[in-house]
Amino acid sequence: MFIITHRGFFFWLTGLILVAAIGAIVFWGLPLGIDFTGGSLMQVKYSNEVPPLSTIEKQVSVVPLGAVFVRSSGGNAVSIRTRTMTPAEHEAVFASISSSVSTDSTSLPQTTELSYTSVGPALGNQFAHKALWALFAVILVIMLYIAFAFRKVSRPVPSWGYGLIVVAMLAIDLIVPAGFYAMLCHYTDMQVDSLFVVALLALLGYCVNDVIVIFDRIREHLAKNEKTGLKESFEETIGKSINETMIRSINTSLTVVFALVALIFLGAPATREFAIVMLVGVVAGTFSSICRSAPLLIPIANWFAKK
Amino acid sequence: MNRFRVFAIFAIVVGFFLAYFVWSTETNPESQYRFKLGLDLAGGTELVYKADMSQTPSGEQNDALSALQSVIERRVNLFGVAEPLVQTEQASSLSGTTEDRLIVDLPGVTDIKAAVAALGQTPTLDFRLATSTTIGTTTAVTYAATGLTGRYLSSAALQFGSGATAGLAAPQVILNFNSDGAKLFEKITSENVGQTLAIFLDGQPISTPTIQEAIPGGQATITGRFTASEARDLVRNLNFGALPVPIVLESSSAIGPTLGAAAVTAGVTAGLIGFIIIALFMVAWYRLPGVIAIVALAEYVVFMFSVMKVIPITLTASGIAGLIISVGMAVDANVLIFERTKEELREGKSPREAVHIGFSRAWTAIRDGHLTMLISGGILFWLGTSIVQGFALVFVLGVLASFISAVSLSRVFLLAIVPDLPPEEGKEHRAWKFLLSSGFHKN
Repeated sequence: MFIITHRGFFFWLTGLILVAAIGAIVFWGLPLGIDFTGGSLMQVKYSNEVPPLSTIEKQVSVVPLGAVFVRSSGGNAVSIRTRTMTPAEHEAVFASISSSVSTDSTSLPQTTELSYTSVGPALGNQFAHKALWALFAVILVIMLYIAFAFRKVSRPVPSWGYGLIVVAMLAIDLIVPAGFYAMLCHYTDMQVDSLFVVALLALLGYCVNDVIVIFDRIREHLAKNEKTGLKESFEETIGKSINETMIRSINTSLTVVFALVALIFLGAPATREFAIVMLVGVVAGTFSSICRSAPLLIPIANWFAKK
Repeated sequence: MNRFRVFAIFAIVVGFFLAYFVWSTETNPESQYRFKLGLDLAGGTELVYKADMSQTPSGEQNDALSALQSVIERRVNLFGVAEPLVQTEQASSLSGTTEDRLIVDLPGVTDIKAAVAALGQTPTLDFRLATSTTIGTTTAVTYAATGLTGRYLSSAALQFGSGATAGLAAPQVILNFNSDGAKLFEKITSENVGQTLAIFLDGQPISTPTIQEAIPGGQATITGRFTASEARDLVRNLNFGALPVPIVLESSSAIGPTLGAAAVTAGVTAGLIGFIIIALFMVAWYRLPGVIAIVALAEYVVFMFSVMKVIPITLTASGIAGLIISVGMAVDANVLIFERTKEELREGKSPREAVHIGFSRAWTAIRDGHLTMLISGGILFWLGTSIVQGFALVFVLGVLASFISAVSLSRVFLLAIVPDLPPEEGKEHRAWKFLLSSGFHKN
């Protein structure tokens, strides 16, 4: 009952986290990577010393490409981001950075291209649109399914109320890791790529399941109370349901957290940023389903009682 | 021996068989069932082309796309790549226009320029009927697609015929159609005698002969304005296959092999360590059911691996993400059941009864959870682009497998082990209660 009694505190805490997350997204922004905007990204490794980034930038600008962004990407590697390059331009850029840095140094930089990605502007834009629509479609269908699955318990909260809360929860569950990612992007050089969207989608699946488990318990208690004629306040039913499912929620998220932590520290760099987003999302999502989703039913129930 | 024990032994034997399959196919470099690693993990080049279907009648676009695929496949094989993959994708945007794409994966190839050049030499060939419309004094010629394209070409040959200029043999390119193409060519020529049937190469009319009579036999001649060496190149490129529709390079990416190899080792280590930590936690907290959950989970993992190897599903970074989340779901279904079983034990049910009821009580939550995830996965697969689809496919498979593993495997194992004790309390009763309870304390 702790959470139910202090639900005001948890609502405020949620509000605070949400404001922080939205603030991070609004002020720092989510820098969209080439998957969304189109463009070319090449990662080059130097086997000897990496020249200053400004030098590399100058070398790249030999090819007329407009704005060029050169960043260190850890170790002896740098990443170079430009507008979408043609194969010929790509070759010219690589040749230019492999040429001698200054006239007095005799040794040529030893460069190897680790990766090169080029996305046409049309394709990039399309990806962003499709990803967003997929997100909306999933959320909508989940709402409908939950309204259907809870159709037998329509008191004191109508079944679509459950669906609505799940959707609100999902929105928060996605905004919090997105805000965290905005902060990461601000302090490091990370960008929003398609794996980030995949991470959000995976979180969506995880969080829905989490909320459903608690709602399922409420549904069960409500049905049982009706059968046995037990008079119990809605708050008590919800408090009981949260307590009974709490260990399960924590244990499940712990196992996923274990897998993600292993992926962060031991996994490939390609999946690291993705795993970090997931980790934040899973922790936030577990908190959200325990402390927020079910308690939120109470004000809604009260509102319906007044009507 | 009760039927649960028979099932349990059967499941374990199948599990060992699958584990052996996964192990043996992975250690044998010759096996066709090794994991197919995506380019983001194994290194290689991916080229995405857009197919321009504006000249193709809507009813034939699918055929044209598959013809395009086979021509590019032939080209790629020429390039000498170990396991190339040529896929087509029909992406429909929200505005209703569809876009046809051709995705070419070249594992191990990191030289984008060479790859693009090799594929780019593939010519586009099609035949169009000319209609001249005269408005006032100007005559405009419009060309209508006939459906006869490079996909019906079986071979091309070079020939020097008597040209208009006396004494100079003009190079001619002989096109031989396959049987379908020959029929189509005969039909077109017989129906349009007197009209101009233009031959378009890479979108340009290179020859505009007038049809004198129906041409059976499936042979056409291009008497274009080209030099001998141009004609020779054209014949060679046509013989490697002519494209039915023009293609434009839309995006490309190359991942170096060093990045890929490190990614695989790291992924395997992370997966293994993650699994061991989860196993330790599950056994410590859930005791006997924890052990059973780990066995069921191990079966789940070897099953998923086997399915991914047999179908085969290409393993990418996003696929690994789907796998991890679905493992989480599989654990969750088990946890739900065990928590329920424990509650029933507390209410004084006999161990076996508690297991039975625990499963039936957990069922609605597992059903609703898995169904919503299946629906989400389905939508993502349907709407998503390839990287999202890679995630969705593994996720949907994983959710299905998790469903089976939790609802049948864990249940069968538990019921096979937990004995049917008489309801009165005894030493044995307490021992089973301890084994089926959970937490780090004794209760």
